[in-house]
Amino acid sequence: MAESENIVAETAEKIFADLADAQTINRDNKGEWKAPLWQALSDAGLPLAWVPEDCGGSGASLAEGFSVLSAAGRFAVAVPLAETMLAGWLLAQAKIASPGGEMTVVPASPKDRITVNTDGSLSGRARGVPFAKVAKHFAVLASDAKANFSVALVDASRCRIESGLNLGGDPSDVVTLDKVQPVTIKPAPTGFDQARLMLMGGVARSLQIAGSLESMLDISVRYSNERVAFEKKISKFQAVQHNLARLAGESAAALAAATSAADAIANATAFNDEVFLEAVAAKIRCSEAAEKGGGIAHQVHGAIGFTIEHILHRYSLRALAWRDDFGSESYWAVELGKLVAQRGADELWPLVASR
Amino acid sequence: MTAALRFDPIRLPSECEQLRKEVRAFLAEEIAAGTFDPHKPNREDTDVPEFSRKVGARGWLGMTWPKKYGGHERSFLERYVVTEEMRVANAPTRRFFVADRQSGPVLLKYAPEHIKMEILPRICRGEICFAIGMSEPNSGSDLFAAKTRATKTDGGYLINGTKIWTSSAHIADYMIAIFRTSPPTKENRRHGLTQFLVKMKQPGIQVNPIGQITGQYEFNEVVFTDHFIPDDHVLGEIDGAWKQATSELAYERSGPERFLETYYVLTELVRAVGNNPDTRSAEGIGRLVAQVHTMRRMSVSVAGMLQAGKEPVVEASIVKDIGTIWEQQLPHRVRELAAFVEETAGNRETLEKQLDFAIKTAPKLTIQGGTTEVLRGIIARGLGLR
Repeated sequence: MAESENIVAETAEKIFADLADAQTINRDNKGEWKAPLWQALSDAGLPLAWVPEDCGGSGASLAEGFSVLSAAGRFAVAVPLAETMLAGWLLAQAKIASPGGEMTVVPASPKDRITVNTDGSLSGRARGVPFAKVAKHFAVLASDAKANFSVALVDASRCRIESGLNLGGDPSDVVTLDKVQPVTIKPAPTGFDQARLMLMGGVARSLQIAGSLESMLDISVRYSNERVAFEKKISKFQAVQHNLARLAGESAAALAAATSAADAIANATAFNDEVFLEAVAAKIRCSEAAEKGGGIAHQVHGAIGFTIEHILHRYSLRALAWRDDFGSESYWAVELGKLVAQRGADELWPLVASR
Repeated sequence: MTAALRFDPIRLPSECEQLRKEVRAFLAEEIAAGTFDPHKPNREDTDVPEFSRKVGARGWLGMTWPKKYGGHERSFLERYVVTEEMRVANAPTRRFFVADRQSGPVLLKYAPEHIKMEILPRICRGEICFAIGMSEPNSGSDLFAAKTRATKTDGGYLINGTKIWTSSAHIADYMIAIFRTSPPTKENRRHGLTQFLVKMKQPGIQVNPIGQITGQYEFNEVVFTDHFIPDDHVLGEIDGAWKQATSELAYERSGPERFLETYYVLTELVRAVGNNPDTRSAEGIGRLVAQVHTMRRMSVSVAGMLQAGKEPVVEASIVKDIGTIWEQQLPHRVRELAAFVEETAGNRETLEKQLDFAIKTAPKLTIQGGTTEVLRGIIARGLGLR
């Protein structure tokens, strides 16, 4: 990791530590923490980290942005930082300048399609769009009848939004566009399609899940060293030690898969099978780790970790929720399985051992 | 963070890709020449000693060692590529693998110069096979309970006792073993063991092969009766073997051999399923491939960190813990998916035979070279729990 990546990530980490402390947020029923956090992130240029300076952003590298997302995962940040970063990135693909304020991307599932009508308006329905209700603008990826993709900036107030919540209690909404005229629409670069957007979103979620698992491991280890039962710290029981070792394994696998995928995308010269494998494997493995690792974190915490007062759910439930965004692990496993089958048995190892 | 784990996203340097091509071409030639059958992981590796010499002649043994001992001064990442390609091809590596991975590095560090000059070049040429003498009938995972005695005598030591589960002892030319030179102390139960270089096929050593549930005879009981070892075969500090054992473990625990042992059944499943899988097969294969990819990226990451001079001890133990559990479960997951393979699939018989063998192999994978329980203890220590 280059020095500059550390500086961007360190800036994010410092803001999270000051303004997104899990304990403070968990006690704040009115959500008063959100505005100062968003303001600080915006002042630091982080939501538009992936937007070049000539498109109104701060022009950070992909790698720098990914390291911000890892930090966001470690703090289970519940403002649309990842979503705005992705939206800015998507708009920048078509050289569309980003406005200020919260954004998100539409669609957020590989199964939903937004269509460009002949009059240039947009129609379609997108489910599970994270933070749509909070967003001022949407970055929309849409295709016409000939499957030509366009990127559009859309005013959120022009769309119908049905509110929902994901497992972590964050907005996850249905967005319906009915012949909505975009603010701006431009053709996507050649070869850019919905899979590219989904995989970028999937890698973002993978990094967030891996980050949340790092924190779950951390607070579980700490708790086991404090909690006394049967007259000793529970960390001294072998069964608990082995559970925590397994949690470390899940956290490690998620971290390795997610950072490897981020590195692959950040350095990709072409969007080939190798990059596809990195991105989908990260989403699949991190999603599996969210279940297994989060389950262990809860087991170690016992009843206290099941309470709304305890911070554990901020990480465990978000990690589970993030599995569903931009294509679940089941969806991508099918796609990966098909790719592997098409390449054939003897081309599997060369794919796996490509870097 | 109390327990910050690191898995840097290592990219293999370009020299690795050229090397990989060379290894693949070599293996393809050997397969074509009938040296070994990649579809038969269950052969006895003792059948093909000439393979070791060919690998040595290519410069792929002792790759990271100094040239003056016959080594090639290449990187751990280059060695990694050779190891994984051999493993995936089911190449017969047993004769040289232990010497190359483990015994050679121990000799490099602890053997006197004349022994290094004598033995290391022979390892590099693929001429000699090593075994590791750790476990005893009442001392497996609890290494420091070892009782086999080394009693000081004129010019050396006399060895009496029994090692067990010693892989390849029946074909090995040398063994690196730990023997008890002093009783443990009250303060340190690990004290009193010394590491020795043992020349096999000598008086006072009897090797009794032990059958395994796979049908192979791969590990052994080794009985020492007044076997003489000269003083210059002591490796490192007398009574201090415990200090020497731990530093090597990161190398030993995180290599491709820790998650690829049953990989062949996945390849064969993909072949059997064909180009147009149903949803269940596609999902199953996709999840398995995501796992093997992640394991490999973790393992490569540890290799890269080792190359960079770091000591990722906990990370390496994690790779072995989850890697061995993955390779243990793999044949069972493949079996579940194979239930839906068409009867007419051309390789059905190969797949079934491989599954039988892999399922029989599976139980040992989380026992050999440090059990899951021991590894989790090490990870727990790294997390600050013990």
